[in-house]
Amino acid sequence: MTATTHDDHHDHGPAKGIMRWITTTNHKDIGTLYMITALIMFFVGGAMALVIRAELFEPGMQYVDPLFFNQMTTLHALVMVFGAVMPAFAGLANWMIPMMIGAPDMALPRMNNWSFWILPFAVCLLASTLFMEGGAPSAGWTLYPPLVLQGGNNLPFAVFSVHLLGISSIMAAINIIVTVFNMRAPGMTWMKLPMFVWTWVITAFLLIAIMPVFAGAVTMLLTDKFFGTSFFNAAGGGDPVLYQHLFWFFGHPEVYVLILPSFGVVSQIIPTFARKPLFGYSSMVYATASIGLLSFIVWAHHQYTVGMPIQGELYFTYATMLIAVPTGVKVFNWLATMWKGAMTFETPMLFAIAFVVLFTMGGFTGLMMSISPADLQYHDTYFIVAHFHYTLVTGAVFAILAAVYYWLPKWTGYMYDERLGKLHFWLTTISVNVCFFPQHFSGLAGMPRRIPDYAVQFAEFNAMSSVGAFVFGFAQLILAYVVIQSIRGGDKATDEVWEGAKEHGLEWQLPSPPPYHTWTTAPDIK
Amino acid sequence: MASTTKDSYYVPDQARWPIVGSIGLTTLLAGFANFLNGSSVGATFMVIGAIIMVTMFFGWFGTVVSESVSGTYNHQVDVSFRMGMIWFIFSEVMFFGAFFGALYYARQLSVPWLGGEGSNLGIETHQYLWDAFSNVWPTNGPAKVGGLEDGSFHPMAAWGVPAINTMILLSSGGTVTWAHWGLLANNRGQLIKGLIATVVLGFSFVVLQAYEYHEAYTEMGLQLGTGIYGSTFFMLTGFHGLHVTIGAIFLTVVLFRSLRGHFSAEHHFAFEAAAWYWHFVDVVWLGLFIFVYWL
Repeated sequence: MTATTHDDHHDHGPAKGIMRWITTTNHKDIGTLYMITALIMFFVGGAMALVIRAELFEPGMQYVDPLFFNQMTTLHALVMVFGAVMPAFAGLANWMIPMMIGAPDMALPRMNNWSFWILPFAVCLLASTLFMEGGAPSAGWTLYPPLVLQGGNNLPFAVFSVHLLGISSIMAAINIIVTVFNMRAPGMTWMKLPMFVWTWVITAFLLIAIMPVFAGAVTMLLTDKFFGTSFFNAAGGGDPVLYQHLFWFFGHPEVYVLILPSFGVVSQIIPTFARKPLFGYSSMVYATASIGLLSFIVWAHHQYTVGMPIQGELYFTYATMLIAVPTGVKVFNWLATMWKGAMTFETPMLFAIAFVVLFTMGGFTGLMMSISPADLQYHDTYFIVAHFHYTLVTGAVFAILAAVYYWLPKWTGYMYDERLGKLHFWLTTISVNVCFFPQHFSGLAGMPRRIPDYAVQFAEFNAMSSVGAFVFGFAQLILAYVVIQSIRGGDKATDEVWEGAKEHGLEWQLPSPPPYHTWTTAPDIK
Repeated sequence: MASTTKDSYYVPDQARWPIVGSIGLTTLLAGFANFLNGSSVGATFMVIGAIIMVTMFFGWFGTVVSESVSGTYNHQVDVSFRMGMIWFIFSEVMFFGAFFGALYYARQLSVPWLGGEGSNLGIETHQYLWDAFSNVWPTNGPAKVGGLEDGSFHPMAAWGVPAINTMILLSSGGTVTWAHWGLLANNRGQLIKGLIATVVLGFSFVVLQAYEYHEAYTEMGLQLGTGIYGSTFFMLTGFHGLHVTIGAIFLTVVLFRSLRGHFSAEHHFAFEAAAWYWHFVDVVWLGLFIFVYWL
């Protein structure tokens, strides 16, 4: 069964001009919008990171004042998490899920448009705080009270921005779940579902469960500041630690929202380039589901130093360690997939392999910090900064980069420049390690995070880090160039793009680029 | 539209309402934020944003209703709507979960700790701040935040208006089900009578709650700012009341559509969505009645 390119009256094209993008209900258009937004935000958030690294290049105060520095750490995180990584995965989901399950589009196309079009407005609300009295929020992306309540005019804007981002994510997540539950082609049974789709179903469930809790928590911040409530005020019987519990009930599943689709992407790419089916498919599904469930019962490992009862510390230590088991299952499955495979190393595969190696390192440092007595040493140092950048940069961002190189020829119809892709990969991988690896050492030696100045003994590690960060940042311009070049033309891509890819998913049976509407008639699934 | 047949999934061409919704929502929220920061233009923007939002809802739902009535949606589309509504309600449940969580945390952890429970090694840290405070509920905290002039307040008793409101909501759950039976049996009279009863009961609940709030604010020293009890009481019951109002408006729309002859025994997604939403509001109320008013 092929795509119905000439299928008669049904194949209406897009609207003309800018209105095509504003009013579109097409999953491919919306996917593109999400991806472009993510790319722009990746550079915006990256520029903020470079402000941080420039200031930290040497001890002493150089370029920015401490308040602005703190605004940068806060906004860098919020922009990267909510503006870059989540929209990138939402974009991948929009583009790929209907094509992978044989559906004509997302289940709720109008709501799909709204999910995206709330996003730029939410980002603008947040960015507008930079120009306000008191500047942007500067209490860290976690927005902990009482500090966050003591800033300038930014609080209500930050809170409403979170509300909008939440509405956007919840609608996107509902759409994905309904699409996968209701729109699979006949014969596409649950245990035939591509891993990327599986991981997104579980991610979507996490999103629907956690975004409302975050919305509730920031609403309490708002009422505490403006309406005299006492949720986080001990004098009135509340407790600032309550906010931390609510936040991390959201926050811990949230980091799996960022990483589970990455697992999905890597589980798509490695089999293609190892020319073997994914090893242990069903165990991958169960491992993903286990990680999803466990993510809800480990949140307080972010709060070991806050003064929890000892039973709490014990419980959260053991529960957190459990997560290493399903994660280990995944890593070994990827290794076993590559074992004796006929491997080639195109750019997507390079990023996928780097993901497996470097994400595992981030996982191991996570395991170290799951142990509450040890975490007392690591807490709020550069060690945690190194840890979560290994999971989120060499983890989530690498998976997104891998996915972009993997599916870009499918989207545009043109092959990207493999030489530039490889250059991008090596520059990125080397520089990211130069940037973040030394932070393990400065952290273990006691350098605290989120401060603009530091003691001189940390100078070398920080200088290294900053050099790595700048190389990493500018290396991403190659990505932008490669993407634009591939959109504008080049060698025509074949339908399956990668040798033998037709065995690895429905999307490779469609033309490159696919017509505006695909699978208007459901394909036959073997 | 003519392009769609019953056997293919309906994918609309273009949607103009979402961008209107984004502009409306952003205007409303940016206006509210400016209002909270003391700007004089804030309220104006809130009103403009709210008007845009109401227009958007009329336009968007109007489009969907007319498409539905003209038979554009096949069974699969109907299933998508149902699943979407169920997951939306689930997200609402989690939103209330955050506030219930705050209530349990205050009652089980933060207030007992402020009263000296759980101190390690015999070090009574709470004594350095508020040594006279002991663990009681309801409370407005060791500093007696808010309340009457002497810092005291009266908690809301369960067996007055709240008990009546419980009866009202529970019976409205019955009337909406009775209306559903009428719809399924093609008994339009029963459908419309059941809906009218439900809507009347729903708005009566809101009126009684407004009366209760008035009492609390003017007589009992119980306000949003009355410590953790006032905070959890008003945020939980307030968001619930807001949802009752939304649900009652939803049911009113369904009532007017029923009067115009919409819905059939086989095809009535909007009716069921409203009914599900109503039952959700009902269940949340039971949780509120037990944990906020009664225990």
